[in-house]
Amino acid sequence: MDAATKLDVEAIRADFPILRRMIGDKPLAYLDSAATSQKPVQVVEAMRRFTEHSNANISRSVHTLGSEATEAYEGARAKVAAFIGAPSADEVVFTKNSTEAINLMAYAFQNAALDPAADPRFKIGPGDEIVVTEMEHHANLIPWQQLALRTGATLKWIGITDHGRLDLESVPEVITERCKIVSFTAVANLLGTVNPTSQITARAREVGALVGLDASQSVPHIPVDVAELGVDFIAFTGHKMLGPTGIGVLWAKADLLDAMPPFLTGGSMIKTVTMERTTFAPAPAKFEAGTPPIAEAVGLAAAVDYLDKLGMENVRAHEKELAGYMLERLETVDGLTVIGPRVPIGRSATVSFTFADVHPHDVGQILDAEGIAVRVGHHCAKPTCDRFGVNATTRASGYVYNTHEEIDRLVEALAQVRKVFG
Amino acid sequence: MNLDELYQEVILDHYKRPRGVGLREPFEGESHQVNPTCGDEITLRVHVEGGKVADVSYENVGCSISKASASVLYELVNGSTVDDALARLAEFTELMNSKGQDEGDEETLEDAVAFAGVSKYPMRVKCALLGWMAFKDALVRAEASIPGRTDAA
Ligand SMILES: Cc1ncc(COP(=O)(O)O)c(C=O)c1O
Repeated sequence: MDAATKLDVEAIRADFPILRRMIGDKPLAYLDSAATSQKPVQVVEAMRRFTEHSNANISRSVHTLGSEATEAYEGARAKVAAFIGAPSADEVVFTKNSTEAINLMAYAFQNAALDPAADPRFKIGPGDEIVVTEMEHHANLIPWQQLALRTGATLKWIGITDHGRLDLESVPEVITERCKIVSFTAVANLLGTVNPTSQITARAREVGALVGLDASQSVPHIPVDVAELGVDFIAFTGHKMLGPTGIGVLWAKADLLDAMPPFLTGGSMIKTVTMERTTFAPAPAKFEAGTPPIAEAVGLAAAVDYLDKLGMENVRAHEKELAGYMLERLETVDGLTVIGPRVPIGRSATVSFTFADVHPHDVGQILDAEGIAVRVGHHCAKPTCDRFGVNATTRASGYVYNTHEEIDRLVEALAQVRKVFG
Repeated sequence: MNLDELYQEVILDHYKRPRGVGLREPFEGESHQVNPTCGDEITLRVHVEGGKVADVSYENVGCSISKASASVLYELVNGSTVDDALARLAEFTELMNSKGQDEGDEETLEDAVAFAGVSKYPMRVKCALLGWMAFKDALVRAEASIPGRTDAA
């Protein structure tokens, strides 16, 4: 059976009411899932049911609603853990989004720098090195950059080749014995590159550094198994994987979470408290101060169920096929230059491009008039833009509900752009 | 969605043939403005002489709206008195904030009234204002750098 036929895209589309929306008199073609995905009725419905039927704060009351809410929240944690192959649900920390998950990691280092008793793996200072790549989303760059600035450590990065791949040859040189942490993106949000992880993780292990992945663009699109990846932590975000906004995930190995100082402090993360001192609850509670996003966790669990039912292998196959079609069609457009890998191998269905010398803002505006939603700008990856000498790009990104017909409409609409600005 | 309303002939013309582009000497005030959401940039200089805007010069990268807007700004304020330029600035800013409710006064704003349609597109208003923000800032700097002018306005 053809891999692409394993997803019944028409049936999937029926689950997403927003895809029936009209933009003016044109049907919506949503090609911006790399920014945020749409949510199926199953997710919306699960959140509504919870809110109408079981809403209560968690872990605080003995009443029926409190226990239902706690069960729903912890059930979501278990579901997410199983989805990414985590050995224990306690290794899953709910955050606000990927950005907060990565900051939580970076602040573990910063807080450890102030604590003489901190675990040596988190001790960082002058002479130590932090490694990222040149293709990071700002969310996986700035927290590490600021950590380096505040602690006197040095930030280094793996560069990008002209083909939009990581310059793996430089890895032994960039990741040295001084390196304490390597954090890199699994799938690049501007270039669409799917990075091979084994060489970088192996090198990080060799020098005794911790290694983590920004999995924001991988968990929604390809099967992810943390045990198989052999990394120490990953971060991802609910709203890009058919779930709601307001919830993200940090997965980290249990012994790391044990050793890490908390990020935010306050209610729900304590064991005992006096006016002078506090002892902290074990992970994950230690990292979930305050009332967490409970309804959002329920929504995320429904999204995970939805993806599980589709099968992540099928999702991957659908998007690989879609990426191939996008590249093939876009390459036929005169004056269009793809920024990123030009072959559908090691690549997601996220394609950035420049179009003649028409500014992406103008491209996006005209596409919008045709009902086509793409993202324009620097995509929170300014260093990547700089690397390719562009200020901004237009980016089309596909997901489980996108069709060839929508790509065809994109290509046709680009002719319209040319008409206005040609 | 009516694109013609946004991309008026006048706007496309200024975009394709920007007036007054390039950085020139002399100048008393210079401003660099960036639109952080899209990376558009402008560097703009103002030369003030005898209470008049003797030159506005600029280099920019950006979309058609931001580039055309800088060109229109040049035409409108170059050679005018500082007071008139400030009045146009206030008028154009008000037009951009009108959410499509204002048509603009062609007597005073000339080609800039073509931007009335842009005010309906909240995502593009910042593009249209980028050059004007740079002009405002450069003018403040120019005024501050010229002895005896700071209290004259
Ligand atoms: C690769 C990558 N990392 C991090 C993020 C940040 O996600 P969030 O804004 O949900 O924290 C994004 C999405 O914008 C992304 O694409």
